Amino acid sequence: MLQLSHVSKLFHPGSPDEKIALIDVNLHLRPGDFVTVIGSNGAGKSTLMNMISGVIKPDTGEIRIDGHEISHLPEYRRSRWIGRVFQDPMAGTAPHMTIEENLAMAYSRGKSRGFNIGVTSKRRAMFREELGRLGIGLEGRLKAKVGTLSGGERQALSLLMATFTEPQILLLDEHTAALDPARAELVTRLTQNIVSELKLTTLMVTHNMEQAIRLGNRLIMMDGGRVILDVDEDTKRHLTMESLIGEFERISGHKLSDDRVVLGS
Amino acid sequence: MMNSLLGALESGLLYALMALGVYITFRILDFPDLTVDGSFTTGGAIAAVMITGGSSPWLATIAAMIGGMVAGAVTGLLHTKGKINGLLSGILMMIALYSVNMRIMGKPNVGLLGETTVFNSISPLLLMPFIVVIVKLLLDLFLRTELGLALRATGDNQRMIRSFGTHTDNTIILGLSLSNGLVALSGALIAQQSGFADISSGIGMIVIGLASVIIGEAIFGARTVFFATLAAVLGSIVYRIVVALALRIEWLEQTDLKLITAVIVVIALVLPSARRSWKQKNVAKKRSMEISAMTDSKQVGGGL
Repeated sequence: MLQLSHVSKLFHPGSPDEKIALIDVNLHLRPGDFVTVIGSNGAGKSTLMNMISGVIKPDTGEIRIDGHEISHLPEYRRSRWIGRVFQDPMAGTAPHMTIEENLAMAYSRGKSRGFNIGVTSKRRAMFREELGRLGIGLEGRLKAKVGTLSGGERQALSLLMATFTEPQILLLDEHTAALDPARAELVTRLTQNIVSELKLTTLMVTHNMEQAIRLGNRLIMMDGGRVILDVDEDTKRHLTMESLIGEFERISGHKLSDDRVVLGS
Repeated sequence: MMNSLLGALESGLLYALMALGVYITFRILDFPDLTVDGSFTTGGAIAAVMITGGSSPWLATIAAMIGGMVAGAVTGLLHTKGKINGLLSGILMMIALYSVNMRIMGKPNVGLLGETTVFNSISPLLLMPFIVVIVKLLLDLFLRTELGLALRATGDNQRMIRSFGTHTDNTIILGLSLSNGLVALSGALIAQQSGFADISSGIGMIVIGLASVIIGEAIFGARTVFFATLAAVLGSIVYRIVVALALRIEWLEQTDLKLITAVIVVIALVLPSARRSWKQKNVAKKRSMEISAMTDSKQVGGGL
């Protein structure tokens, strides 16, 4: 479904600040795979997400979604296949527009936008039903400006907006990191439900080890711009936090250093 | 007095179209577009030259609007494709348009006295309400279409709407084009109403547009698009009334108008934010006192 082959990216090449963001990354997601990504600071997790979504282009290598070679396509053209939730709850929604208007924009993800009215009564009924499935009462606030929602509510809405059109690939970029524990747990639970119900092929970056182990059927670990560990479904079932940290230190030769890595919630 | 108020209403309606244009760039796209000073004159110039050349005034007015749309699109291209700062793109276009407008008119002033204009058979006070209401409602409708939503999101959260597949370069160009089309339309109608097009008629137009939008929002509110565009229209009328009243003060001169405009904009910009921060401070004070009173009596837990 998603295939990265020999993808590399340097920042500030040739300058004293040269930094390896990704080096020879190979990754293959089968349809329905739910892969969690962990790694230390600067391991290349965010670069990987931006690379797949098209915010940055690879220096070498190629990216394929569903067989289409997309490495040369800009972000707005890749959105046909990709749904994305950002870390910042403010990033995924338009604050001065209403919930139903935001959903209407998400509904036309990747399609050309013309002179059809965005929020029709038929769509509104559908939006209400979809919002109801989140179970946080947003279905009664269709005309509320998104800026008046709490961070958790906005992130739940972002998640719905990214998924209800069933993208081929779902990218979750530490999407619970900016929330307090209770709201993070809510959004995590919603994520789990939506991904398994729609069988979405998902790549989720997290700095929460416990979450990385609990969610998904595969786990990859990144360090210094490389994928250093790819844990398959069978192994992942028996994975513990200690074995994971031990494995990281054995392969990378240094301690797992991320000031934000949390062991559990 | 009555006459000057009717006059203010008439010019308020004529300039309302310009205010709607400024609303699109300033409020929707969050793009301070100075092209307006040039494209307003472009509208008047195209209309005046075509009318004196024997064209139908309606055709001339529509051509003027298209001229403004082209000017706005060029500003958009400079900003998006040329990656030039938005403010600077507008200033560059404004300067360039001065020469273009001079080329269109051939001289600094083109008179329209004795020519057939759209106001020949019907007075501006009767015609303009219809034009303004129709343009306002069409704009409201457009802003509710899928394309209109994408345009609004471009000004609200570019990153978000890009991730949903909108090429924001295109929506920025579209918005600037639409805006300057309305500005030029306003310029064309003003030229026909006043009986001439002048090379300097657009100077300070952006500030007048901002004044209208901000005054309108301060007085009438802007909860939804419908009310925001209504506020721009009414703000334009209120602005003209304020100016008419100010000019009745004896020691003020006609040339003080731009200073008065600047002062009005400053007041309209400062007042709401000062009031908001004052309010917020009071709420914060009250809330922290409430909370500390609560914690005195019992421990507060963090809920959802």
